[in-house]
Amino acid sequence: MNQILSKEYLSEKVVKLEIHAPWIAKNRRAGHFVIVKIGKTGERIPLTISSSDLEKGTITLIIQKVGVTSSKVANLEIGDKVTDLLGPLGMPANIEYFGTVLCSGGGVGVAPLFPVIKELKNKGNRVLTVLAARSKDLIILEKEIRSLSDEVIIMTDDGSYGQKGLVTKGLEYFINHENIDLSITIGPAVMMKFVSLLTKKHEIPTIASLNSIMVDGTGMCGACRVTVGGQTKFVCVDGPEFNAHEIEWDELLMRLNCYKEEENIANSITLE
Amino acid sequence: MISEQNKSKLRDNAWRVELREKIKTRERSQIKRVKMTEEDPCLRIKSNTEVNKGISLEEAITEARRCLDCINPLCVEGCPVGIDIPRFIKNIERNNIPEAIKVIKESNTFPAVCGRVCPQEVQCESKCNYVKMKKEPVAIGYLERFAADYELKNKLCYLPEINKSNNIKVAVIGSGPAGMSAAVDLAKAGYKVTVFEALHDYGGVLRYGIPEFRLPKSIINTEIRNMKQMGIEFVKNFIVGKTATINDLREEGYRAFFVGSGAGLPKFMNIPCENSNGILSSNEYLTRVNLMSAGNSKFDTPIMRGKKVAVIGGGNTAIDSVRTARRMGAERAIIIYRRSLNEMPARIEEIKHAQEEGIEFITLTNPIRYFSDEQGRVNRIMLQKIKLGEPDSSGRRSPIAIPCSEYELEIDLAIVSIGVSPNPIFIKSMQGLYTSKWGTIQVNDKTMQSNIDGIYAGGDIVRGGATVILAMGDGRKAAAAINEYILSTASFDF
Repeated sequence: MNQILSKEYLSEKVVKLEIHAPWIAKNRRAGHFVIVKIGKTGERIPLTISSSDLEKGTITLIIQKVGVTSSKVANLEIGDKVTDLLGPLGMPANIEYFGTVLCSGGGVGVAPLFPVIKELKNKGNRVLTVLAARSKDLIILEKEIRSLSDEVIIMTDDGSYGQKGLVTKGLEYFINHENIDLSITIGPAVMMKFVSLLTKKHEIPTIASLNSIMVDGTGMCGACRVTVGGQTKFVCVDGPEFNAHEIEWDELLMRLNCYKEEENIANSITLE
Repeated sequence: MISEQNKSKLRDNAWRVELREKIKTRERSQIKRVKMTEEDPCLRIKSNTEVNKGISLEEAITEARRCLDCINPLCVEGCPVGIDIPRFIKNIERNNIPEAIKVIKESNTFPAVCGRVCPQEVQCESKCNYVKMKKEPVAIGYLERFAADYELKNKLCYLPEINKSNNIKVAVIGSGPAGMSAAVDLAKAGYKVTVFEALHDYGGVLRYGIPEFRLPKSIINTEIRNMKQMGIEFVKNFIVGKTATINDLREEGYRAFFVGSGAGLPKFMNIPCENSNGILSSNEYLTRVNLMSAGNSKFDTPIMRGKKVAVIGGGNTAIDSVRTARRMGAERAIIIYRRSLNEMPARIEEIKHAQEEGIEFITLTNPIRYFSDEQGRVNRIMLQKIKLGEPDSSGRRSPIAIPCSEYELEIDLAIVSIGVSPNPIFIKSMQGLYTSKWGTIQVNDKTMQSNIDGIYAGGDIVRGGATVILAMGDGRKAAAAINEYILSTASFDF
């Protein structure tokens, strides 16, 4: 259980791990996440499941090295075990036939977007996808996303690949050329905020999948709380998907920086 | 369990009669109640060491002499699990501590836990005959703890007798006090018990909630180790309703289920700016410190430290949080409670310990909003004064806001400890399960059986928010009922 069966680098800092977890593989749906903890002294962090293989009893996680814990996970090698792995958690993505769905994935957020697109296609939707990242080396799963999407636009901040510009530029192109029934966005909170502002302007219903700070991931602590439609919700049990137009984005962005100071100290110690 | 009739027969044992006659009642009643040795407040706020140090053998024997071994011992009625209190105390008096432990363990498998965290002052000790005589009750809690610590210190490890395995699988969901006691009783009856725990360590609230200075982790570790020795299997990182459903587990051969998944979601007050950084639930604060060792630099989990910490609430969890904040370096650690000290649900002992540690109590006061700085970190709290009105449905006087009494207090951390609502995960996964309007699982209060065949529940998932000992009592009741249920349905299988 919890053993790493395969490992692949999608970019210098982004790693794909296939982990033996038969129960989670059996019961997970698109949108579900797991809580991962490495070693006795590790912290608990949420990671979205990007796919699973029922026959092999495995789940796939895609991790970008950003902090101490994500680096610990990404540095695991084949044969290593994830010390603690809990899931599948959260509410599964609500996917049915919507018509034309505009998907946007930013950075490592493309990983959790992948199972959503797969499910959207299964239900017969037309899927238009915008993949965005800072630069070419941070664009992941392009081949997989292309094979499932009807059309794909790639945006990079520095123009090193695809078109130069932010995710919203790609979205605007699709919005101007097609009739969009629904928009789904997964990525850094600040990106999703601007996606949400854009789609709100065009009155396109939008779902955002949030990745907030969590401890237990089961509703017990409330670290992940977010204001949606004026009410406090817990991302771990009520989410991670919410109506993007109702999310208090500025509060969410502020809460994500809660432990910035502690994180910077931890990162500097780890780098030493 | 020993019946009432047997209890009174045991009272007539020669040794007990002799013991009663050895010292006159008058003499017994003149002995002063033992004082618990406590860690110096100045030292203890700088460490996590247990505050109560326990009592010595001599002190225990002297305290045991105070017990009058009443014909009709009301203390037993005050105990939610019905420990034969006079019999264990009299065994201490005759210096037969191993026998005293065995007596306690007939009814309570975890005396080292209960001796520390039970509110004896409102249970057994409140019924002690001395209270009627306007004297201090026998220190039943201290004696229970003494016996349990004696067992631990001398590595006696009295595991209960276990019936021959019947190879019938029963699942216990949650490894907190309710689940622990259900698991032990089911194992004793010969069942193959698996305890499923969602977190990465066992003990539930005993581990993530109650701080080290009140209940050392070593005690929980010992209890879990003993349970493993009894053949109970533990599976961590497994959340029933998510990792696997009840149906999945039925397919795995589990015949009955005890749900002790605890009180989950922390409540907030829904006042302005409550989602600012630096405002967290007591569950989060205590979980970070207790389960994740966030205060220890060797561990990765971060903790927000505050110099001026406000804890909202008056229960044991609020007191645990404020005392933890003090130990984490708070210069001002303040309880803000809307009623007065008299109505505070926290144990008197905990309030006293908190006061000794320099905790401030602002009572008859309620927060109405927070303020935050540019980074979104809380920096002030607005408080409103309260007066008490007529008693409400709970019998406590209801708080009424005093108009124009608002004032502000500078803080840099707030911990909200105003209660929890039941965790919805298991309930949502179980279609057709009857729940109350508060979201707790509805059960038959004698058998703890839910409306679904083979599913039993107890502890906070049924009660909403109660004590460790009540959860343990539920676990025992459910274990007995599960045993009967399986015996009654067994005929269909053979």
